[in-house]
Amino acid sequence: MSTSTEQLVSSESKTHDTHHGPAKGISRWFYTTNHKDIGSMYLWFSLIMFITGGSMALMIRAELFQPGLQFIEPDFFNQMTTMHGLIMVFGAVMPAFVGLANWMIPMMIGAPDMALPRLNNWSFWILPFAFSMMLMTFFMQGGAPNFGWTFYAPLSTTFAPPSVTFFIFAVHMMGISSIMGAINVIVTILNMRAPGMVMMKLPLFVWTWLITAFLLILVMPVLAGVVTMMLMDIHFGTSFFNAAGGGDPVLFQHVFWFFGHPEVYIMILPAFGVVSEIIPTFARKKLFGYSSMVYATSSIAFLSFIVWAHHMFTVGMPLMGELFFMFATMLIAVPTGVKVFNWVATMFRGSMTFETPMLFAIAFVVLFSIGGFSGLMLAIAPADFQYHDTYFVVAHFHYVLVPGSIFSIMAGVYYWLPKWTGNYYDEKMGKLHFWLSFIGINITFFPMHFVGLAGMPRRVPDYALQFADFNAVSSVGAFIFGISQLLFIYNVVSCIRKSNQASDKVWEGSHGLEWTIPSPAPYHTFTQPPKVD
Amino acid sequence: MSQVDSQTKSNKKLIIQLVLGTVAMFGFGFALVPLYDVFCRITGINGKLDLTPAVYQAGSASNREIKIQFIAVNNESMPWGFKPMDSSLKVKLGKTYQTAYWAENLTANYMVAQAVPSVSPSEAAQFLQKVDCFCFNRQPLNAGEQREMGLAFNVLAGMPAHIKTITLSYTLFDITAATGKSIADVN
Repeated sequence: MSTSTEQLVSSESKTHDTHHGPAKGISRWFYTTNHKDIGSMYLWFSLIMFITGGSMALMIRAELFQPGLQFIEPDFFNQMTTMHGLIMVFGAVMPAFVGLANWMIPMMIGAPDMALPRLNNWSFWILPFAFSMMLMTFFMQGGAPNFGWTFYAPLSTTFAPPSVTFFIFAVHMMGISSIMGAINVIVTILNMRAPGMVMMKLPLFVWTWLITAFLLILVMPVLAGVVTMMLMDIHFGTSFFNAAGGGDPVLFQHVFWFFGHPEVYIMILPAFGVVSEIIPTFARKKLFGYSSMVYATSSIAFLSFIVWAHHMFTVGMPLMGELFFMFATMLIAVPTGVKVFNWVATMFRGSMTFETPMLFAIAFVVLFSIGGFSGLMLAIAPADFQYHDTYFVVAHFHYVLVPGSIFSIMAGVYYWLPKWTGNYYDEKMGKLHFWLSFIGINITFFPMHFVGLAGMPRRVPDYALQFADFNAVSSVGAFIFGISQLLFIYNVVSCIRKSNQASDKVWEGSHGLEWTIPSPAPYHTFTQPPKVD
Repeated sequence: MSQVDSQTKSNKKLIIQLVLGTVAMFGFGFALVPLYDVFCRITGINGKLDLTPAVYQAGSASNREIKIQFIAVNNESMPWGFKPMDSSLKVKLGKTYQTAYWAENLTANYMVAQAVPSVSPSEAAQFLQKVDCFCFNRQPLNAGEQREMGLAFNVLAGMPAHIKTITLSYTLFDITAATGKSIADVN
C-alpha cells in the first residue's frame, strides 16, 4: 500500500512541478503561493519597515542630540516615538521572523511547502495595506498617533488625534495577518513533517516558532479586543476605559499587557531558535541540552501569561499583587538562564570559527543577557518605582530587541542567504557590518542606563542639561548603527546579483535538512518527503 | 490518494480548532473586563467600591474609632466648585454617619456631573459601606446653582486593626455631553 501511495504522490508532484514554475513578471509576486517567494516578500517588507522605523529613530536621536528644541516640534516628536515603536514591533521584527519561518520551516521539516499556501499569500498581502494605512496618518489632520506604542487610554481615546481610528484598523489588519500566519505555521509543523521527523527531532528554530505561533493565537485576538474597546469608547459611547461612565483606565493597561508581555516573547523566542541553529554550526558541536531548550522555551511561553502587571507596578496595585508579579517575573530568569547556559556550553571546547552569522549570534548571547539582567532589575517592584518610565526602561528593551531580535534576524539572514541565493555574501563586508553595528548599538543604548537611573524620563523631546553629554553620545551611536545598515543592504543585494557559488552544505559544520538540497534552493523542494533517521 | 486525503482532513480539523481558539481568545479579551471586576471584588483589591446602596443596619457600634478623610477632586477642566463639608470625621465602627459635599456650577450653562469614588488604602474599600451617596446618581445643576450633596456611610467592624485612617476621594466628571447612563445604572 505504501508503495502505491508513494508512486501516486510522486507522479502527481512531478506534473505539479512541470506546469508550476514561478510566473513571469510582477504577477509572480501577487499570485504566488510558494513559501520561498512569500518568505522573501516578508523579509523585503520587513527591511523596508526597518529602514522606515529606523529613520524615525534617527529623527528622535537628532532632536535629543542637544537639550532644547532643535529640529522637530514636541507633538511630532511624540508621533515619531509612537510610530517608531509600532513599526519596529509589528512591521520589522514580527514580519522578519514570519519571513524566516516561511523560508526555513518547510525546508527544515522536509515539507514541500507551507500547509496553507493561499492563506499564506493573503497573510502577507494584508501587511502592505495595513502599514500604508498606518503611515497615511502622518498626512491626516491632527497628525499620526502620538500616544506611545502602548497607546494607554485615555490618552489614546479621549485625547487622541482623529487618525486613531485608522491606527485601530491598521492594528486589526496586522493582527489578522499574524494570526493567519500563526495558524499556517502550526498546521505545517504538526501535519507536514517528513516521515521520521518526530517532534523531539525538530530543529530548534521550528520548535521555537511552533511555541511562538501558539502565543500569537492566544494573544493577538486580545490585542484586537482591546483596540475594539477603544474604537467603541471613541465612537459608540461605551465606557470601557472612561471613569466618568463607570469604566477604568487601569483596565486598559491590564488588557493591553495581557497581550503585551507574551508579545515581547513572540519577538524573542524565534530569535532563540535562530541562535540555537547557528551556534552549533560554527562551534562544530551538537547543541548542548536540546530537550532542555524545548522545555525552557515552553516554560518561558507559559510564564509570559502570568507576569503582565510588572509593566504597571506604579499604578497602585496592592502589595500582594506587586509581590506576585515580582516573583513570577524573576522566575523567568530560570528557563532563560538554562538557554544561555546551553549556548555557552555548546561553544565550550568547540572548534569555533567566527563568520558573520556566528559573530551576530555570540553578540546576541552576550547583549541579550545584559538586557535580561536589566529586566531583572526592573522586576524588583520597590526599585521599579525609580526606573519606571525612565530611559532605563528604554535601554532595557532596546538591549533585548536590537542586539536580541534584530541581531538574530541578521544572523539568520547571513546564515541562510547562501542557501537562498546560491551565492556567498561578502564576508569582509559582513564582518565590518557586524562590528559597526555592535559598537553602534552599545554606544547608543548603554548610556541610556545611566541617564535613566539619573531620572531622565522617556518620550520627551527636551531634557535637563545634566543629561546632555550622555544623550549626545547616544545620538552619535545611533547614527553609526543606522548608517552601517546600508552595508547590510548592499551586501544582501550584491549577494543576489554577483556570483560566488555557494556549496550545497554552505558551512562546514552545517546540520539539518535545509543543507541537503542544492544552493540556491530550487523553487520546489522536498516534493517527495526525505527520509529522516 | 488516501494519504493526501487524510492530510487534508487532518489539516481541516486543526484549522477549525485554531480558528475557534482565536475566536475564543477574542471573546476572552472582552471577558477580561468583568473578570477583573469579579477578581477585584472577591479579593477586595484595587479599592473598588460597591456602588449599590447598602441596606441600613442599626447594628451595635463598637468602641474602636478611626479617622476618615474626605477629598474632592475635579477631573481635567471640570469647572465646578466642589468640596467636602467636613474635611475629616472620627467615626466609630458599625455606626452610620452623615456628611455632605458641596457643589456649585460656576458656569453659565446647565451641566451634569458624575462623581466617582475611590478609597485608600484599597484594602479598606470593602469595609466602607455607603447607605446613601450622591455618587449613586448623576448631579444636574443649572447655571450658577449650588447644592449640598448627601452622603451616609458606615464603617464595618471587620476593618483590619492596622488601619487607623481611611481616605475617601471623589473625582467629579463632566458628563453633560455624554448620552450614556449614570454610573449606577451601568453597574
